[in-house]
Amino acid sequence: MGVFDPLKGFGVTFSTMFKKVVTEEYPEVKKIPAPRFHGKHQLNRHPDGLEKCVGCELCAWACPADAIFVEGGTNTEEERYSPGERFGLDYQINYLRCIGCGLCIEACPTRSLTMTNEYETADDNRQNLIYTKEDLLAPLLPGMEQPPHPMRLGDDEQDYYVHGPDLARGAGIPEDETVETGHEEAGR
Amino acid sequence: MGLEESLPNGILLANVEKLVNWTRKTSMWPATFGLACCAIEMMTIGGSRYDVARFGMERFSATPRQADLMIVAGRVTNKMAPVLRQIYDQMPEPRWVLAMGVCASTGGMFNNYAVVQGVDHVVPVDMYLPGCPPRPEMLLDAILKLHAKVMDEPINAKRAQLQVERGDRTELEASSQKYAPKSAAKRRMAERQQNTQRREMGAEGALGAPGIESLPPGGQSTSTENRNELGAGR
Repeated sequence: MGVFDPLKGFGVTFSTMFKKVVTEEYPEVKKIPAPRFHGKHQLNRHPDGLEKCVGCELCAWACPADAIFVEGGTNTEEERYSPGERFGLDYQINYLRCIGCGLCIEACPTRSLTMTNEYETADDNRQNLIYTKEDLLAPLLPGMEQPPHPMRLGDDEQDYYVHGPDLARGAGIPEDETVETGHEEAGR
Repeated sequence: MGLEESLPNGILLANVEKLVNWTRKTSMWPATFGLACCAIEMMTIGGSRYDVARFGMERFSATPRQADLMIVAGRVTNKMAPVLRQIYDQMPEPRWVLAMGVCASTGGMFNNYAVVQGVDHVVPVDMYLPGCPPRPEMLLDAILKLHAKVMDEPINAKRAQLQVERGDRTELEASSQKYAPKSAAKRRMAERQQNTQRREMGAEGALGAPGIESLPPGGQSTSTENRNELGAGR
């Protein structure tokens, strides 16, 4: 116990004034989460704009919180949404049930479902937080075309699945981007 | 006086309403209702890194009688529901409730006999915040959206009636867009900070799927060869 001990405490407080501020300026500066952050989902597209979802419902079966609802539909030659026989006719994710575990991403056989880094999802209405297919579908990148349209990059779905990355390069998607690019990166 | 008669109808009251709402939203004291893991994230926003005191919420109240906002953080069990309702009833009006996390909002993954399937079975909820648990930024976003709602609240029954007739609903915009820096200098500063964050997080450049880089570089020729091989195998 020294005479100056009470002053030492003030010294600690004073020295903090010259240290770097740790506070995040969140609403002004949007925080960038880690690249594999489990944010909002995204339904990806093939390089020509056809949807990757085949409506198999594996994501809905894998979901531990029963947050996903999928209804498959059948493609026809006149109206084609995905290569192959089936496509996701209706796709809903209830974000008030989703716990962001990522099991649906692991279950997806076509890597149709991935997660983006978007996280500002709060709302005052339960109905608005059930995201439908329109909210979840990936943006149309350059070279993509809004389905329904016929298969542009091959004769059948095997071409799409086996040569996916090559087709993406051929369709003019830049080297450092993928078809899984989300709205956020597309805007950047 | 004569002044209020010469003014257009409702202009005085509208400004008083704005002032009252502004005072309410700028010092909204939260009552903690931490029940589970979301409470850890809720405690974090009180700390120096997220610093909810920037929005006038520095005093996390242990008593409901001095609180305006109840942040229900975590799953509410059937046994806890009456307690929650009592705490809510003890809060003075005006009061708001924020359901933080999926468990408080709908029961989340706990779809069983013990857990209330959404805290709105017990108290009226003003803001739902998904996430399991939500990041502190997401909670700040929800609080700021709630502030926007508070700013639009009517001051009396007549104004409320008018709002219902007009069908007004507060536009809930993502906070990072709503509070995006306006001046070019501040935007540059924000971008610098974001680039630092990207470096820290290892998120430089675009998010690349490993598939594209790992494939041997080759144009259309290899792909047609592969396609022929595939056709032969079938």
